[in-house]
Amino acid sequence: MTPSDFNTVLPEFLLAVFAMGALLFGVYAGKDKTAPMLVWATSGLFVALALFIGFGGSGERAAFGGLFIDDPFARFAKVTILLSAAAVMMMSQDYMSRRDLLRFEFPILVTLGVIGMMFMVSAGDLMSLYMGLELQSLSLYVVAAMRRDSQKSSEAGLKYFVLGALSSGLFLYGASLTYGFAGTTQFAGILSTLGTDAVPLGLTFGLVFMLAALAFKVSAAPFHMWTPDVYEGSPTPVTAFFATAPKVAAMALIARLTWDAFGTIPGEWGQVLAALAVVSMFLGALAAIGQRDIKRLMAYSSIAHMGYALVGLASGTAMGVQAMLIYMAIYVTMNVGTFAFILSMERDGRPVTDIASLNMFSKKEPLKALALLVLMFSLAGVPPMVGFFGKFYVLQAAVDAGMTWLAVAGAVASVIGAFYYLRIVFYMYFGKEGEPLDSNMAPVQWVMMVAVAAAMVLGVVNLFGIEPAAAVAAEALVR
Amino acid sequence: MVGLEHYLAVAAALFVIGIFGIFLNRKNVIVILMSIELMLLAVNINMVAFSSYLGDLVGQIFTMFILTVAAAEAAIGLAILVVFFRNRGTIDVEDVNVMKG
Repeated sequence: MTPSDFNTVLPEFLLAVFAMGALLFGVYAGKDKTAPMLVWATSGLFVALALFIGFGGSGERAAFGGLFIDDPFARFAKVTILLSAAAVMMMSQDYMSRRDLLRFEFPILVTLGVIGMMFMVSAGDLMSLYMGLELQSLSLYVVAAMRRDSQKSSEAGLKYFVLGALSSGLFLYGASLTYGFAGTTQFAGILSTLGTDAVPLGLTFGLVFMLAALAFKVSAAPFHMWTPDVYEGSPTPVTAFFATAPKVAAMALIARLTWDAFGTIPGEWGQVLAALAVVSMFLGALAAIGQRDIKRLMAYSSIAHMGYALVGLASGTAMGVQAMLIYMAIYVTMNVGTFAFILSMERDGRPVTDIASLNMFSKKEPLKALALLVLMFSLAGVPPMVGFFGKFYVLQAAVDAGMTWLAVAGAVASVIGAFYYLRIVFYMYFGKEGEPLDSNMAPVQWVMMVAVAAAMVLGVVNLFGIEPAAAVAAEALVR
Repeated sequence: MVGLEHYLAVAAALFVIGIFGIFLNRKNVIVILMSIELMLLAVNINMVAFSSYLGDLVGQIFTMFILTVAAAEAAIGLAILVVFFRNRGTIDVEDVNVMKG
């Protein structure tokens, strides 16, 4: 380990040391009593590292003989991951403390998961990719089953574990074929053995296996079966976490793998990704219509959104990668706002997730109802909101790449999908009188929700400058 | 003479048996864990066979990582299974059905 290698992995290294220190501290200093403090310390560290990564360093550096790459693309993804994880942790603390769910392991497991994600987006070799992926997955299996006395939570953990392990197996099989036929596990090496034509059959198989496995991780249809159950069964803060940071990491990983290792043959993987995108968009839009549980609804919503992000990647251009990054940044922001509200839904102190409970919510809490309305319009992609611009960018990228049919499919699916978002708005403003819903928000949740809703309206001016940042990131990846 | 193809064929067969073990198994979750292990070991055979064929050590190093992660994965899987058993009193695959997905 030379000093320059060490400098390159400094953020990950600090997080790892912090996780181990926090583990020791938690065990010796009063266990769960320290948990709220640990949550805030961890969130603070995440935000500090996000600023450090975002403002420090430029250009591209490789460490450990190319195992680890630090470039603008990785930095964009890391900042998104760190900020969304910090936001989710801050707004979960109150919910978990009140329900006696907050164990000191939670912030530590999230930290370990985040380290895994940061390694995933920086991977320059199949080995470091696999280690990052597993560090993230193993932490997520445990947090899904964190509510140990609940049947649903343990079942969610079990289902997530079995399907996650299956996808890891598929990934490894693909990686072994790629290694055998390319003779190396380094992305740069794989890229140089590929010609622009006549790809060996073994490499095609390897690529398809790996993409199928990563589709599991982003919950793209037809590999989405775990998503609704895991979202419903996990405690709500964990669901909020699943819906944000891991999705960005896995999507960035797909971009990393396809461009860095297979960048000379965008036609080959473009077809696979386009097929995944179409199926995800339509399944997410259609299957959500029958859902009554808002967490299951958000699960199908995330499947549909992953479909749109994949449209960007499938177009196989630098603009497509840029559109995907913008889309993911907007998507996590919207989800943070929406989950801040879902965390606050309760009746007599018990969490409620039935969407019918939102009936006539606007009468009781006009401001929150308005904020939720903005968020739902944004998720649906209704024009003045920022969510529309996310969809516009990916569809534009598809049209520019000559895949007009994909853009048309995306537009049709978004019209179908708008139905279930607008139904929530309908319930809030024009529903029947029913049992009222309490919305007991901690100040952080309130701030998150209102700030995100405001950002969804105000962001139309310049998208808060993420557009040029995403362009730089995409340039670094697509050469 | 046993060549690369034979190793690859064995590994492919084991991998497919592992996948079918996960989907066709009607007994209990322990069998699923064993199937997952079988898949990972099939990959290891692939890796080592390629490594020896190419005269390149990277495949064997990768195998070491896979073995380590597989052990950690099995530990976490069993821990989740214990939690599940405490809640439900059973580990039959057909009883993993509180939520319909």
